[in-house]
Amino acid sequence: MIESIGLNYIWLVPLAPLVAFILITFLFKRFKMLSALTAIFSMVISFWLSLDIVKTILTDHSITMNSPLEKAVPWLNMNGLFIEMGALIDPLTAGMLFVVTFISLLVMVYSVGYMHGDPGFSRFFSYLALFVFSMLGLVIANNYFQMFVFWELVGLSSYLLIGFYFYKDSAAQANKKAFITNRVADFGFMIGIIILYLYFGTFNFAELAKGISSSSDLAFLTLAGILVFIGPIGKSGQFPLHVWLPDAMEGPTPVSALIHAATMVAAGVYLLARGFILFASSTTAMTVVAYLGGWTALFAATIAITQRDFKRILAFSTLSQLGYMVMAIGVGSLTAGMFHLTTHAFFKALMFLCAGSVIHALHKQDIFEMGGVFKEMKITGTCMVIGGLAIAGIPPFAGFWSKDEILLVAKENGYTLLYVLAAVTAFLTAFYMFRLIFLAFFGEKRSDYHAHESPWTMTVPLMILAVFSIFGGFIGAPFVEHGFASYVYFGEPHHPKPDIMLMGSSTLIALAGIFLAWLVYIKKAISAEKIANQFAPIYKFLYNKWYIDELYQWFFDKIVLGLSALLNWCDRYIVDGIAHSIAWMTRTIGAKGRYVHTGSLQTYGLVIFAAVVVIVLFLAGPVVGGVQ
Amino acid sequence: MITLNHYLLLSAILFCIGLYGALSKRNAVAILICIELMLNAVNINLVAFTKFLTPEVLTGQIFAIFVIVVAACEVAVGLAIVIAIYRDRSSVVVENLDWLKW
Repeated sequence: MIESIGLNYIWLVPLAPLVAFILITFLFKRFKMLSALTAIFSMVISFWLSLDIVKTILTDHSITMNSPLEKAVPWLNMNGLFIEMGALIDPLTAGMLFVVTFISLLVMVYSVGYMHGDPGFSRFFSYLALFVFSMLGLVIANNYFQMFVFWELVGLSSYLLIGFYFYKDSAAQANKKAFITNRVADFGFMIGIIILYLYFGTFNFAELAKGISSSSDLAFLTLAGILVFIGPIGKSGQFPLHVWLPDAMEGPTPVSALIHAATMVAAGVYLLARGFILFASSTTAMTVVAYLGGWTALFAATIAITQRDFKRILAFSTLSQLGYMVMAIGVGSLTAGMFHLTTHAFFKALMFLCAGSVIHALHKQDIFEMGGVFKEMKITGTCMVIGGLAIAGIPPFAGFWSKDEILLVAKENGYTLLYVLAAVTAFLTAFYMFRLIFLAFFGEKRSDYHAHESPWTMTVPLMILAVFSIFGGFIGAPFVEHGFASYVYFGEPHHPKPDIMLMGSSTLIALAGIFLAWLVYIKKAISAEKIANQFAPIYKFLYNKWYIDELYQWFFDKIVLGLSALLNWCDRYIVDGIAHSIAWMTRTIGAKGRYVHTGSLQTYGLVIFAAVVVIVLFLAGPVVGGVQ
Repeated sequence: MITLNHYLLLSAILFCIGLYGALSKRNAVAILICIELMLNAVNINLVAFTKFLTPEVLTGQIFAIFVIVVAACEVAVGLAIVIAIYRDRSSVVVENLDWLKW
């Protein structure tokens, strides 16, 4: 047994924020600063324990992906149904715990500044604590059932936080949309784990892994894998259930940073990594995962280049990056997917917090109304540029190493088409990110605004995240001994050989994207309007997000409501008609039949006698007629 | 010579008279009398069949005695009901006794 405070008190990691949530909701709601401090203090505890777990795993090599530490208590033991609540600790969990608690802590500190003066200040922190509790419960889950429960809980907290400004109609619509879209996906996930349970008789990851590796029922495994994958399609915003994520930007910006960029949406990728053996057992399922991820990456990037809203551009960029991660898992590299998840969490949280800082100062979201913000907000601007360089994949920033690894495994495993898709996406990513940066932070002022740098509670988290966005990639860089890949892997650790050609080409692609953005938006050598006008149909198509929302609206209006109208007609006129006519028949027969009941004894006697005569004649008929 | 058919004819005539009376009389007591008539028509039938078909066993006669006993009981109950109705309504005209109507 390894002595470690983190491992011994792992149950405290999710429980600390839960306690904070309860305390804030029931006791501290009226004391704003106390609420914030409670939430932050609970995060410090979780973060410190997570750090200790990471440290233990790094120093003591007894816990690996193949020999995880499992702690569980029986939670539900009914006839034939056994469910545990527990913790599964391996490097994957530890890494995720670190990312979640770290980003949460920074976002909470940031929120103290960002939400200052908001009437819902305490409520905000209680929801954040609830979210972190759910997310950590999901991360440490040792079985699918627990994961599903917390999966739904993060969905709930996401719903609450998107609709934080519930008095705004757009926010109310957005959280409804997010919740319903996620429910659709969760239903697939739920069916997936139910059929897994029916087939293998357990929810436990380790036992399932044993069952799956000895099973040869390929059709079943493919079906189960694809059903379970529907969960991540919703939660991680993969095509075609991505529609909720851009709208989720209605929530406060720290929420967008924490939930809709760094952690919750990464839960889908985490699930793919956690249940990797299930997907790996079926080539078909893996191919579906890989191509859907690759397609989402490109699809979201094409939309991002035309959007005008600061946060929406980042949202589509998140979709695109999530597509990268899913694709990495799909092409068979758990390591690359999780590595990109980690670095992405740093730089995307950074960029969202920068966005929050800008919006906080300017009260504007349209990048075409900004311009020249850099002069007034040096720290935010610098951090944003660092984030942009990281996501574009310029060495040595974090995104370069992880994105490169994905490109490398895609190429290595023979997915040439996906490699090309990913490379094109990388170009688009560099372009739209620097379009955003150049338009918002550089050039001349395009509208009247008064900007000022944000308070230290906001800038300090930015600077910390900026440091991680610069150096975070080194944990998995190819020249680092015992890096990320030697801890988080599936089967055997796999160290892809660094490919100088590939590194060079992807750097060139990223630089080309940035250069193009510079030409268009700073140098104005190419007019964006002219291109937009020249390719007006394509521009409109992309600007309207491929009309996916409209397609869903049309589908709902025409198909669903049409079908409902038809069924309503059937119910009203056919089903009700049958019931009504039976009732009418009974009533009419009764009304007519009552005249037979005269109440006169003698009439009854006559009828009885007449009936006897008829029966006798009928029975005697053959005898009387001599027929016998 | 009186044959079985004569008895049966007499019985049928009696039965029809009884039936007609039972269905058409207005007075409840008269209806009871008519029912007695019908029962006695049956009794004639029973005795006549025994006399002509199986004279060695007295099944019909014994049956007839049973019928007379039952008829006596029935008349007792029937008259009691008629009296009860008369006390209640001061009338035994069956046309007015339509309580069975809902």
